[in-house]
Amino acid sequence: MTEMTPLVALVGNPNAGKSALFNALTGARQKIANYPGVTVERKSGRATFADGRSVEMIDLPGAYSLDPDSLDEAVTRDVVLGRFDGQRRPDGLVIVLDAGNLDNHLRFALELIEQGLPTVVALNMVDLAERDGLMLSAEKLSAELGVPVIETVAVRKRGLDPLMAAVETELKKPRKVAEPVAISFGMQNARARHIAKSVILSETTGRQWTRRLDSVLLHPVGGVFILLALLFLMFQAVYSWSEAPIGLIESGFALLTDGINANLPDGLLRSFLTDGVIAGVGSVIVFLPQILILFLFILLLEASGYMTRAAFVMDRIMAAVGLSGHSFIPLLSSFACAIPGIMATRSIMDQKERLATILIAPLMTCSARLPVYTVIIGAFIPARSVGPGVGLQGLVLFGLYIAGILGAMLAASVIQRFVTKSSSSSFLIEMPRYQLPRVRDIALGLWQRAWVFLRRAGTIIFAATIILWALLSFPKAPEGGETSQVEYSIAGRIADGLEPIVRPIGFNHDIALALIPAMAAREVAVSALGTVYAIDAKDEEQAAQSLGPQLAAKWSLATALAFLAWFVFAPQCISTIAVTRRETNGWKWPIFMVTYLFALAYVAAGITYWTARSFGL
Amino acid sequence: MQLDQLPLNRVATISAIDWAALPEHEGHRLRSLGFEPGVVIEALHKGILFWRDPLSVRVGRMTVALRRKVAAAIDCEIVP
Repeated sequence: MTEMTPLVALVGNPNAGKSALFNALTGARQKIANYPGVTVERKSGRATFADGRSVEMIDLPGAYSLDPDSLDEAVTRDVVLGRFDGQRRPDGLVIVLDAGNLDNHLRFALELIEQGLPTVVALNMVDLAERDGLMLSAEKLSAELGVPVIETVAVRKRGLDPLMAAVETELKKPRKVAEPVAISFGMQNARARHIAKSVILSETTGRQWTRRLDSVLLHPVGGVFILLALLFLMFQAVYSWSEAPIGLIESGFALLTDGINANLPDGLLRSFLTDGVIAGVGSVIVFLPQILILFLFILLLEASGYMTRAAFVMDRIMAAVGLSGHSFIPLLSSFACAIPGIMATRSIMDQKERLATILIAPLMTCSARLPVYTVIIGAFIPARSVGPGVGLQGLVLFGLYIAGILGAMLAASVIQRFVTKSSSSSFLIEMPRYQLPRVRDIALGLWQRAWVFLRRAGTIIFAATIILWALLSFPKAPEGGETSQVEYSIAGRIADGLEPIVRPIGFNHDIALALIPAMAAREVAVSALGTVYAIDAKDEEQAAQSLGPQLAAKWSLATALAFLAWFVFAPQCISTIAVTRRETNGWKWPIFMVTYLFALAYVAAGITYWTARSFGL
Repeated sequence: MQLDQLPLNRVATISAIDWAALPEHEGHRLRSLGFEPGVVIEALHKGILFWRDPLSVRVGRMTVALRRKVAAAIDCEIVP
């Protein structure tokens, strides 16, 4: 019988540097999936012992104790205790401790050591502790805890080899039998504090960077402006930094189209490749730079420790609509994508607040809306400067984000008041010390996000594009007939049925057509329009023209603005609906969400259209 | 003195926590964040604009943000 690869779990408090240690140990070869049956992210990877044998590592969700008060913590407890169906119990634990926070983190460590699994403690972030003037003795700590203690600085890869060597040694030792010990929480706490005190060699008042930065970033007035400025910079950057790479991607696809046109005879295959695949998938891939810039900001805010400060600054404002700063983090993540945002609501303790946050998360402008916004803004809003460093296009985009936020606040207060009937929200959170984000961790995070996006472009969007191309291309309109190919096709006929419904809000036939496949994912609306206009083009020259000018020629400004207003609210994303169903355990809430969002979208688009019309646009 | 009344940057110790005044999940989280009688505590910052809510406090070596309403359930004594 071959020996099974040992499984070692990394476990510890939130903010102990667990993920950085996991990245350092396993490198880029990580698998991200969900634990069976729940939507808690399961990160696993492989590390190697000195002799080359490999060991499977899993990164358990951060927890404060084995007595959970969130879904994340429940997963950690169940895996550690071997109670989780479909996940074998780890053969050993690596407890990650924040060296600068032993008083508060040791209690959980004691609770974990009691479980009797082979255990090694990684005394992490010793450099930060030293920076703050704290000197510790790993030997003393090891003697007190009865398990090996290795000093590590995950972000600098310090102490990794000794850590793995200690894990190897512990795994070889005969297993101790865990005796259930009934020590009260208070006694454990007292013991933890006693140990923490005894291992401190010296303590001087350090430079206390965190405290100094906090007095600026949490300033009652200044802190608000800093947060707003940061968000504004983020959205401007999404526009200005992405111009060059987008141009590059566009010319790449143009070259590809030319190559196909030169080498393939005119016909169905050529139409399929250029009008279907390249026009469709290409018009979505083009937005990768913008999505990456947005994720870059969110990852940086998270890794630096600023994200919880943003929650602190926003808490009182969120409280005004019945939510709390806790909701701010999931909602901010929803600016990238509602799916991780909705999954991040698991950290909200209050179940009513959690539900309300899930229901409004799709109102945050996710990156999938960016392609839609960018194309329409590019086509209809002049690229004028309205002040130093502020472009009109960026300003309109900012306005759309604000519209989503205001809509969400309105929805939240109505939902908390009449639907969940919540009495009050709560806000209680650890504020980690500030850290310089490590390039490697950020790069890894970006790569994982880019991969998810490209996989979506390669699967869902690719499939939707091809189906749409087929629906648009068949049956063939008679040569020299009156009706255009689009009107004559199957899709054109479906859109005929939809058109009377959306006509009152200023939508034309082409938009009705694009809305159908955009149910799969919002950005498909752009590729759908791209495909529609490519197929409908009278000649090569017109087909080569990019989407923007074609829209500008065919739509009125009022229609374009109504289209933007629609996308601020419309719940056009199958994945979000699916995740909501999973997170709320049933169809009741996703159906509620879809209904109220479509109603909002319809009303908003209608108001926008008729207001614009009354101004003669 | 209740924690929400504690002046900023004055070191104090927690003398008592009125667990009964707190919703169960808040009490539980407060405990797991290390709040208990005898622990050294210091108010560091107050929230934005005219609300001055939530508070950021140092508990042991950790910084925690909490709302005034919860802070009012925590009694503390200034270390002279």
